[in-house]
Amino acid sequence: MAKKMKLTDITDMFAGMDVEALEGVTIEGDIELDLGGLGGGFDPMLAAALGQESAVLAQHFARIAGMFGYPVGIGGPAAAAPAAALAAPKFKDLIPAKFDVANMADWATPIQEVRIGNTSADGGSRGKAVHVGGEKALPFYFDAEMPNRNQVTIDVFDMRIGLAKAVKQNYDEVMDSPGEWAKKNVEQFNADMITIHLISTDPLIKDTPAKEAAKVVEEVLQAVDVPIAIGGSGNPQKDPEVLAKAAEVAEGERCLLASASLNLDYAAIAEAALKYDHDVLSWTQLDMNSQKELNRKLMKQCNVPRERIIMDPTTAALGYGLDYAYTNMERIRLAALMGDDELTFPMSSGTTNAWGARESWMVGSPLKEDSDWGPREYRGPIWEIVTGLSLALAGNDLFMMMHPTSVAFLKKATQTLFGSIDAEPVDISNWIAAEV
Amino acid sequence: MKINSPLQAYKYLPQTNCGECGEPTCMAFASKLIDRSGKTADCPPLVKEKKFAKKLAELEGLLAPEIREVIIGVGEKAAKIGGDDVLYRHKLTFFNKTKMFFDVADNMEEAALVERVKQIADFRKFYVGNYLLLDGVAVRAASGDPAKFAAAVKKVAETTDLPLILCSFDPAVLKAGLEVVKDKNPLLYAANKDNWKEVGELALEYKVPVVVSALNDLDALKTLAKTLAEAGIQDIVLDPGTVPVGKGLKDTFTNFLKIRRAGIDGDVEIAYPILALPFTAWMAGIEDPVSASYWETVMASMFTIRYGDIMILHSMEPYAVLPEMHLVDTIYTDPRTPVAVDGAMYKVGSPTADSPVFFTTNFALTYYTVESDIASNGIDCWLLAVDTDGIGVEAAVAGGQLTADKVKDAFDKSDFDLKKDVKHNTVIIPGLSARLQGDLEDSLSASIKVGPMDSGRIPGWMEKNWPPQ
Repeated sequence: MAKKMKLTDITDMFAGMDVEALEGVTIEGDIELDLGGLGGGFDPMLAAALGQESAVLAQHFARIAGMFGYPVGIGGPAAAAPAAALAAPKFKDLIPAKFDVANMADWATPIQEVRIGNTSADGGSRGKAVHVGGEKALPFYFDAEMPNRNQVTIDVFDMRIGLAKAVKQNYDEVMDSPGEWAKKNVEQFNADMITIHLISTDPLIKDTPAKEAAKVVEEVLQAVDVPIAIGGSGNPQKDPEVLAKAAEVAEGERCLLASASLNLDYAAIAEAALKYDHDVLSWTQLDMNSQKELNRKLMKQCNVPRERIIMDPTTAALGYGLDYAYTNMERIRLAALMGDDELTFPMSSGTTNAWGARESWMVGSPLKEDSDWGPREYRGPIWEIVTGLSLALAGNDLFMMMHPTSVAFLKKATQTLFGSIDAEPVDISNWIAAEV
Repeated sequence: MKINSPLQAYKYLPQTNCGECGEPTCMAFASKLIDRSGKTADCPPLVKEKKFAKKLAELEGLLAPEIREVIIGVGEKAAKIGGDDVLYRHKLTFFNKTKMFFDVADNMEEAALVERVKQIADFRKFYVGNYLLLDGVAVRAASGDPAKFAAAVKKVAETTDLPLILCSFDPAVLKAGLEVVKDKNPLLYAANKDNWKEVGELALEYKVPVVVSALNDLDALKTLAKTLAEAGIQDIVLDPGTVPVGKGLKDTFTNFLKIRRAGIDGDVEIAYPILALPFTAWMAGIEDPVSASYWETVMASMFTIRYGDIMILHSMEPYAVLPEMHLVDTIYTDPRTPVAVDGAMYKVGSPTADSPVFFTTNFALTYYTVESDIASNGIDCWLLAVDTDGIGVEAAVAGGQLTADKVKDAFDKSDFDLKKDVKHNTVIIPGLSARLQGDLEDSLSASIKVGPMDSGRIPGWMEKNWPPQ
């Protein structure tokens, strides 16, 4: 027999033997009872059984010790010890832990900051300028302060166009006057910027001459004093001429020319931007390498300075390719933060593409197996919000939007994460019993 | 996982190139293990032969995802959460979609409760060949009464086999609920600084996953998780609190980022799935219910993208639910697999020589949308998927992946002869490809009809335009 034996050794010996009580036990020799430090595999039922025996033994030992001076360890059993082990063998005290996490060391390259709009100080007539970019981390991350909040530019078209009903009802009375339309966007819907789309210039639509289309740009510039973006019709043959003429009439206002792309004469657009003091929107379709190529060409071939380039890597709507758009933007932003200087530019999104999703405008599901889609006037705006918000989280800076409710919610969401929205503290500790 | 190259995994394999796993070499199998398209169980020798037992155990440890995988519920509908290895989906993919649980309260009228549970269980939305569904029910012990809670849990469990979350901070209430569904592996919500011993005991006793909750205090959260883990609880879910508005929401967002980054970086004591509570949008004093629903959807979107693995929501309005479920699918679609169908001629229903011929692109979303619109309206037809590299109609026309020549190639490759296989020699093309009409008439020598811009309108279009005059 061992000279010293711990209670855990005894329980180990009996482990798996289904022992619930010990009868007729006699223990001989020098015994040190240690009821502390119960290790793994400790069986509380067995301990309880042993505990009773131990308590009796302890009394004997205490008497013997008193009579003969035998050494009895401090671990000499207080009868309470096994009882405590029985009540909560697994949980004693909290095991303290400190949370710590490192910042991203490889985000070392800041995104270029770009100004849109010239105030009188810069030789323009805008009431304020808009700044986008400047981030040193993914949006709203704790690694670095985000210097500029997200900005929203609301669309205006140079002719009446077909729009989803939920959108159209906000604009019906101003759709024949781009100036009034722009004013409404700023005054009622809180637009940071206006985008004027010169879609009537498309040869397949009205083929409006560039010179005439440029007058609409002047009208919008006079109607509002926020910075503006100028969009063509998307016709690659016509757009360079239209945007060049628009750039000329908007000289000195630092507008955003939308867009230079690989399938048109981007050099002509870059030239107009440089000559008349504007920024260039570098637009590619869901392909990071094309985006690098176009940015490179704008910088190296066309000498566009870095502080005049904003990228549009294309927005696909929620449910219609947002997975590509989201990841394309996130990859672009991460590559930029890690030093790819062909991608270190702020990004813009044609968030209105969300209205192309059938869930945003269709009366109901064309499939009878689908659950009811509910009223479409509520579906549309949230489709635009979620599409935009997802891209805001991926790194997008500037949003081209349409529905006033979408604009309001996207702004509230992004500015909340930016940290500029104060709210009454909400006590959520009792959410389980909340009345909803 | 602790290793990231096939070579590291290869060391633990039999290295016999036996081919039993279906791969030509052990190295090829190793790369499938690393990109998580293959499992160790697919290698029979490794699993069966005793001499590999030690290597198998070591390899599984090395391959285990950084974030613990936790299962809630039982059977086919069990919800698996966590299991991620990366912070950005393009680095690999995100595994195990964010699970959407909707609340019911134990003080609801029974009929209303049953109706709501059915609504949760039955909600479905067709998308890319499948239905998007909701994942579970969170039962809130709003009454605080164990008997009432048990009765509500019983009713919910009788109505659906979806997984459940039992929500109370009172151990007696949780125990009453657990007794009712002890064989259904519900998620216990929650152990906090006050009740952790008792709730921890329940998790051990009933062998169920458990949430640890500490509002905006990551030290406390980690302390709770560590304490429960040391006691032998593996299935832990983290609730750092979800504040619905203002700087509190920003703090919540930051907490989610920090927890996940620490977990992926190797802090195993906090490497658990995270629970988000967009539900709290309803506590923010937003009076208009549409706005409250919108805000809940906004919160759900933030935490779908940034690391919420499971969430409890309230609004069952379709305008809130549809974007939420689409976003979950969006973020958790595997970016390694192009979402495309094979370029081929497909039969929808039982087409004959009089049936119409359509084409669309092989982008899975486009294809399945068109196919389901046609099939659900009982239109028998021929549907050609033109290989556009998985790009939709509008973009493919603009980008040159969908041209008259590509369409002709697709017909040729599918061995479909417009002159023989149908009597009308007519092709209906997507409205968004209208500009190809002339070219197609030339290349196919067929009559080309321009269909609607959206395939949802095909049935109405057919009434007016088919059969061709």
